[in-house]
Amino acid sequence: MNVQLLAQFVVVFAAFFLLVNMSAVLVLAERKVMGFMQQRYGPYLVGPHGVLQPLADILKLLMKEELRPKGADKWLFTLAPVVAVTAAFAAFATVPFGGETTLFGLLDQPLKLGAADVNVGVLVVFAITSMGVYGIVLAGWSSNSKYALFGGLRASAQMISYELSYATALAAIIMLAGSMSVREMVDSQTGYWFGFIPKWYVFLQPVGFIIYFIAGVAETNRAPFDFPEAEQELVAGFNTEYSSVRFALFPQAEYINMVTVAAVATDLFLGGWHGLLPFYTPLDSLIEEWNIGWMVFFAKIGGILFFYIWMRWTVPRYRYDQLMKFGWKWLLPASVINLLVTAAMMLYFNA
Amino acid sequence: MPETLSFYLLAGLSVVASTLVIGQGNPMYSVMMLIASFAGLAGLYILLDAPFVAMAQIIIYAGAIMVLFLFVVMLLNAPQEDAAEWDRTHPLRRPAWARLGAAMGMLLAVQLVWALSAATGLTEPVGSRGGAATISSVRELGRVLFSDHGFAFEATSILILVAMVGAVVLARREGES
Repeated sequence: MNVQLLAQFVVVFAAFFLLVNMSAVLVLAERKVMGFMQQRYGPYLVGPHGVLQPLADILKLLMKEELRPKGADKWLFTLAPVVAVTAAFAAFATVPFGGETTLFGLLDQPLKLGAADVNVGVLVVFAITSMGVYGIVLAGWSSNSKYALFGGLRASAQMISYELSYATALAAIIMLAGSMSVREMVDSQTGYWFGFIPKWYVFLQPVGFIIYFIAGVAETNRAPFDFPEAEQELVAGFNTEYSSVRFALFPQAEYINMVTVAAVATDLFLGGWHGLLPFYTPLDSLIEEWNIGWMVFFAKIGGILFFYIWMRWTVPRYRYDQLMKFGWKWLLPASVINLLVTAAMMLYFNA
Repeated sequence: MPETLSFYLLAGLSVVASTLVIGQGNPMYSVMMLIASFAGLAGLYILLDAPFVAMAQIIIYAGAIMVLFLFVVMLLNAPQEDAAEWDRTHPLRRPAWARLGAAMGMLLAVQLVWALSAATGLTEPVGSRGGAATISSVRELGRVLFSDHGFAFEATSILILVAMVGAVVLARREGES
């Protein structure tokens, strides 16, 4: 058996395993952070400090009866959650999560930490993420329910509106890096300016980072942009009619998409596995020496995800017309101006 | 061998799915089939060693345009159009316009046959002409698109504008000004 190939399979499986468990951990984290922010404990009964709560939740969902409303479209109703969760998993495929390693000299050639390294990696992530909306839209349409239909409608309108800004913010980074491979983009952020500021793109593209993050929150349908499942207006939105495992797949897809957005933000704006803090510390050299950049990467993802949850329980949901106005009249012009300014600056400083 | 096999698989997917698009009674299924057809096309582009075009196909057509289609289908909630009524009353169904349309259709068919028979270098992979799909090939693609094929590019944008005007005309109800 080819050891190199086997190791690559292990990395792919590790990425999959990680994503599956991330969604469970995020559910717990969300409830714990929410509890902390509201001065209570959050889930506390299952396991020590309630850490086994996600397990109990999953067991409960698995044992529930699977319902399908009368008049629902049989095929699309079943297909929708599958599409949502498949797209969520597949999008992570081209996101690298660490530098090269030989596993303590076990392998002949260094192994790249990441499921796949494609030379148009950024576009692959973006393309597959944009496929995820079909899961939500199909769920909304096939349920044969007014609330679900409105959820699906809102999801499709919101996705189209915010995908533009999202892609434009990415385009500026692609221009700066001169590459579309995520790994090359991460590696172009090594080194320091003036010896202590890491060469992260967030310092060159602060506006781009903010636009990317806002659009990313809107893409994953998280509060304050959770219109497709606005409880007060639409019962539970697009997944009103779902139960059991089919229902469980939607939140799972949402949490995995959150991880993907956070991972891409880390890779493209925060230097991926290079540099822990936004200034030089002796720790950075130690990390490079020990080759534990992937830990730094996951620490950064954790930070961004905490920010995500923090935002959800802090900022109230916008009104729907405010969402559209903000997306088209503020975010999109801002991202286009950001792109133009970036291009002009690059021409000015290179020529 | 695996390349040939995947070519026939993907080409078959595209052709069958495209046929099913116009064979569906439910517009929702038509949209789904069109997405499947685009996915097959994207696979073919990857086989042609043009991953950038494949991803652009997915992002623009399957990701953006088809979501818009779905939005419209859901908004209309799949009404059954009265085709006979439309046939009798619509202004574009007058004989003169119908003849013009038929002539244009013939012209398109002739053009397609002419263009395909005149095309050369169909057997060599695209990638060997433009290099691998790094940023330089994307840059090269942009340069060629805006210089060598500038006229076609601009003509296409006008065509899209015409299609948009056409959609507005078709969607306008009779009697509105």
